[in-house]
Amino acid sequence: MLSGYGVYQEEHQAFRRMVREVIAKELRPFAREWEAAGEFPRSLFTRFGELGFFGLKYPEAYGGTNAGELYEAVLLEELGRCGSGGVAAGLGAQFTIATGPIHLYGTDEQKRRFLAPAIRGQKIGALGITEPDAGSDVAGIQTTARRDGTHYVVNGAKTYITNGVRADFVVLAVKTDPSAGQRGLSLLIVEKGTPGFTVAKKLDKLGWRASDTAELLFEDCRVPAENLLGEPGQGFAQILGNFQWERLSLALGALGAAEEVLETTIEYVKQRRAFGQTVSAFQVVRHRLAEMATDLEAARQLTYHALRLHVGGQYAIAQTSMAKKVATEMCCRITDQALQLHGGAGYMKEFDIERHWRDARLGPIGGGTSEIMNEIIAKQLGL
Amino acid sequence: MKILVTAKRVEDPESKIKVKPDGTGIVQEGLKYKINPFDEIAVEEGLRLVAKHGGEVVVVSIGGKEVHEQLRHALAMGAHKAVWVNHTGPLDQMGVAGLLQKVVEKEKPDLVILGKQSIDDDQNQVGQYLAEWLGWGQATFASKAESFDSENEKNKVPALVVGADNKTVRVVREVDGGLATVECQLPAVVTTDLRLNQPRYASLPGIMKAKSKPIEELIPAGLGVDVTPKLTVTKMSAPPARKAGIKVPDVATLVEKLKTEAKVI
Repeated sequence: MLSGYGVYQEEHQAFRRMVREVIAKELRPFAREWEAAGEFPRSLFTRFGELGFFGLKYPEAYGGTNAGELYEAVLLEELGRCGSGGVAAGLGAQFTIATGPIHLYGTDEQKRRFLAPAIRGQKIGALGITEPDAGSDVAGIQTTARRDGTHYVVNGAKTYITNGVRADFVVLAVKTDPSAGQRGLSLLIVEKGTPGFTVAKKLDKLGWRASDTAELLFEDCRVPAENLLGEPGQGFAQILGNFQWERLSLALGALGAAEEVLETTIEYVKQRRAFGQTVSAFQVVRHRLAEMATDLEAARQLTYHALRLHVGGQYAIAQTSMAKKVATEMCCRITDQALQLHGGAGYMKEFDIERHWRDARLGPIGGGTSEIMNEIIAKQLGL
Repeated sequence: MKILVTAKRVEDPESKIKVKPDGTGIVQEGLKYKINPFDEIAVEEGLRLVAKHGGEVVVVSIGGKEVHEQLRHALAMGAHKAVWVNHTGPLDQMGVAGLLQKVVEKEKPDLVILGKQSIDDDQNQVGQYLAEWLGWGQATFASKAESFDSENEKNKVPALVVGADNKTVRVVREVDGGLATVECQLPAVVTTDLRLNQPRYASLPGIMKAKSKPIEELIPAGLGVDVTPKLTVTKMSAPPARKAGIKVPDVATLVEKLKTEAKVI
């Protein structure tokens, strides 16, 4: 039986088995094909909507199941094992970063217009924070939204936006008061097709190749004022509020991916022969795998510690940042060592390891780099 | 109507099965388990019939506490209640059929649907024993019928149809060289073949509801069944490893080898 590590109950593990079945049948067999195509079918969004995967922590009133964040944590871990970081990222962005702020800070009207269709998978969402000259330095954002009667007029550019090309709406970080620093920040929902909103380009990437990552441009883009989340100037706190779950989601995905790669590698070394015996018979290989498994287990425990604090209602900013850094860096180490253990085969596209290796590299960068995580941790230490 | 279905716990077909060096069984470490795929088809068929005719699906499994995982899976798919026959230790097909017979006598279902066999030891006997001992009709290998030979039945017909009076069941069976249709008086025993249906995923609301559905515990002694196996496995061995192929220089050599070595022509 799957162990719950003191975090997950029997029903979470039952959900995990169901998610595994879905992924084994409907995602993993196509990972390579979608990687080559540079995108995955849009129908996966509606499929995930049908399965209820986009509404696990959202209220029934908007089509969710209100099952809770632990179910979403299970889904994130298992998506990490789907064989494609890009698919996991595109689908994951929908329920973690894109809809999270609408659920937390939106009005009933905004939730009916954006959250409900996103839960059904009929609308694709994206979160637009990073700019060519600002990322984790959220207060330094340059995109402005000037109030003009019943509308905001948005000007600026966003980059590295997951789901940006296909998104039906973007939750956009804007300066409603450019002179007020972080107090001038707001979140504004911009719909696809709004005049002045264009996708400048689809970005080419090292990994996560099946996900769409875009540069977005806003030129005198008029957005109805009722699309603002909360009050003007609340954006900074809203963004920080959802950062916790985003970082946990990256840590959880890294655990799943590392687990998948470790299992694949163990199978490989048991079959591959060299010098008259299986590679797994060499002590150096056995010990390397033992160390990899230990590395994974340590990162898992820290991540689950942060997860427990988070679902227990604590604003565990230091532990979450630590978990994000440790788990994503662990995943890089594991995929790198796994590639090495595969030898020449690991470098070939016929095997999945090279894709895992490229996908994992995003972990210590996306959602705040490891260096930013260290800054956050240092601040919590009173430095 | 009341339908009893089975949910045997078996090794996950995705797991790599290894025979123990001494041949007494298979290596259990690191194995994953799931519901017997044929039983999962039985659960699905039971749920579809109940959706059409009303009633309830009762799922039964025999084994230690670990079979709760398979019972909960069937409950999460939509079964209404579960019966757990708490038994650890060896059991042969007659033991299983004997225990199921007692569960049937207790639950009094109109129809019992089981997998035609379990994918671990592939016996394909329990359904037949059960029907015989109950004195019920049986229709084995229920399969999806795409078409029939007779003109008026050319269109797709469901493989398992309960008569309007709830007294009969018509079953399309997969047999060598085609399909056979049989009709049984209810109560009856039906076993499922692979192509009967595509089982649903357990849904999230189903998983959450399954938590509060009842699992009744029974023990073989309490049912008055002696499960001492009449059949023992003396030795297990892995099939011989496939030998590497060879390349032949020309067709003549190929034909020669097919004749003299492979002896297939």
